[in-house]
Amino acid sequence: MTTIITNKSASGTEADQTGKKAVYETKQLNLWYGSNHALKNIDLEIMENEVTAIIGPSGCGKSTFIKTLNRMVELVPSVKTSGEILYRGRNIFDNDYGVEELRTRVGMVFQKPNPFPKSIYDNVAYGPRIHGIKKKKILDEIVEKSLRGAAIWEEVKDRLNENAYSISGGQQQRICIARALAIEPDVILMDEPTSALDPISTLKVEELVQELKKDYSIIIVTHNMQQAARISDKTAFFLNGEVIEFDYTDTIFSNPSDKRTEDYISGRFG
Amino acid sequence: MRYIEQQTVVKRMNGRLIANAIFKYIFLAATLLALLALVILLYRIVSQGAGNLSIDFLTNFASRFPDQAGIKAALVGSLWLMMVVAPTSIILGVGSAIYLEEYAKQNRITSFIRMNISNLAGVPSVVFGLLGLTIFVRAMALGNSILAAGFTMSLLILPVIIVAAQEAIRAVPGELRDASYGMGATKWQTIVNIILPAAIPGILTGSILALSRAIGETAPLIVIGVPVIIQFLPEGVMDTFTALPMQIYDWSSRPQQEFQAVAAAGIIVLMAVLLSMNSIAVIIRNKFDKRY
Repeated sequence: MTTIITNKSASGTEADQTGKKAVYETKQLNLWYGSNHALKNIDLEIMENEVTAIIGPSGCGKSTFIKTLNRMVELVPSVKTSGEILYRGRNIFDNDYGVEELRTRVGMVFQKPNPFPKSIYDNVAYGPRIHGIKKKKILDEIVEKSLRGAAIWEEVKDRLNENAYSISGGQQQRICIARALAIEPDVILMDEPTSALDPISTLKVEELVQELKKDYSIIIVTHNMQQAARISDKTAFFLNGEVIEFDYTDTIFSNPSDKRTEDYISGRFG
Repeated sequence: MRYIEQQTVVKRMNGRLIANAIFKYIFLAATLLALLALVILLYRIVSQGAGNLSIDFLTNFASRFPDQAGIKAALVGSLWLMMVVAPTSIILGVGSAIYLEEYAKQNRITSFIRMNISNLAGVPSVVFGLLGLTIFVRAMALGNSILAAGFTMSLLILPVIIVAAQEAIRAVPGELRDASYGMGATKWQTIVNIILPAAIPGILTGSILALSRAIGETAPLIVIGVPVIIQFLPEGVMDTFTALPMQIYDWSSRPQQEFQAVAAAGIIVLMAVLLSMNSIAVIIRNKFDKRY
């Protein structure tokens, strides 16, 4: 299982050796903020039910890349893109592909815990509600299932009506994960989800990620290389908007093929 | 080589402390002066007008006898005016603010519009009166009705409400928008469920303060030709009416000395209305104040 899969391009439905399918394929993806060329010719293939970590120094485009996958990057004015991102074989930049539809399939967890100033229950029920679910009984079930999925049900089951700001930062982040699970996504994007958390909360989120990959495909941006090594199946190393290396995490960390990857993971820069 | 010599620091310390104390007292004096002016004003009005305040004063119509003059028509007229101004200006103002902050592309035209809205807030109220006279009273043939005056006042306070609402909307943290959009919510769902609930205290406070400006404005009403002596209550928005500041203006410009006291009593009523509106604004702000 040490095949180099960098820049391998295949159609979205083609399975790899393990029988898994690609959820995302980017083809010659470029992105500019005004005149700043932030992503350069990205060709990646991201497999389902895997954890894909994205590492690289600050400003290398890893957050931009993950935000492009659900088109959140377009909330920034003056963003231009070229190339294709195939999600389950369909180009998300197609005119008839609605962002709302895409974001229902692709949940996102942000760097800073950002619960709404509402009760824990209303936070988790927000997604289902905006997608038209009104029945209290169904909402109750979704909320419980999502909170269990985010491994926080036991901690908050007696205080569902309390404001989400009354719990700790680590718990808030797991509420945010539960909120993302509540829309029953296919992929979960995580943008440095543990950077604002203490070590114990970080550990809990990491364990959760391992649990979640059975049902979801997870793409996680992280600053923490040990974290990438601990939790991911594959790792992409970004530098100055380019993918330098994309491979199995074991290979990246034990036997990187590019000198710059080696320098970065051994702490020589970044 | 050190750049900061301990000795010179000590030597200069005295001068710095003196300057510090002097400025403190200058600012204190400025505050006290403003406060003093307000206290004198309040004292004069209360001492002059309190004698005339009674239930009769509130329930009588205007009269040419000072001891029978009442403020009923003006008080009711002002309330009618607010019933037109509040919905018109808040709906239009918050709507524009939402458009400018959430929907409009952030380009030169938008920032030009924004800048001009802020400028409009500084246009003298008599100019808005002339605008109202031209458009509502004459062109739309509404006459000197409550509706015409209400629309004119709405135009007058619209810029203030738009700016206040824009600021309240801008203060909603971007992370909350991200979270909502990230789950596939549309712009409208995000506005209704996330942005407005978080911005409502700021919007309401700004709106109520703007409304209390409208209730005290006289110039536009004079330009529109709102009468002062009215012996009946309006029954609908197309009726003519009079308002508190008009009535006070009329009384205070009469030659008889007794009417000065009646005017002072009218001012007390107007200030009571203003103070209660401002208190509502404070209560709303405290009640809805949520942390993020």
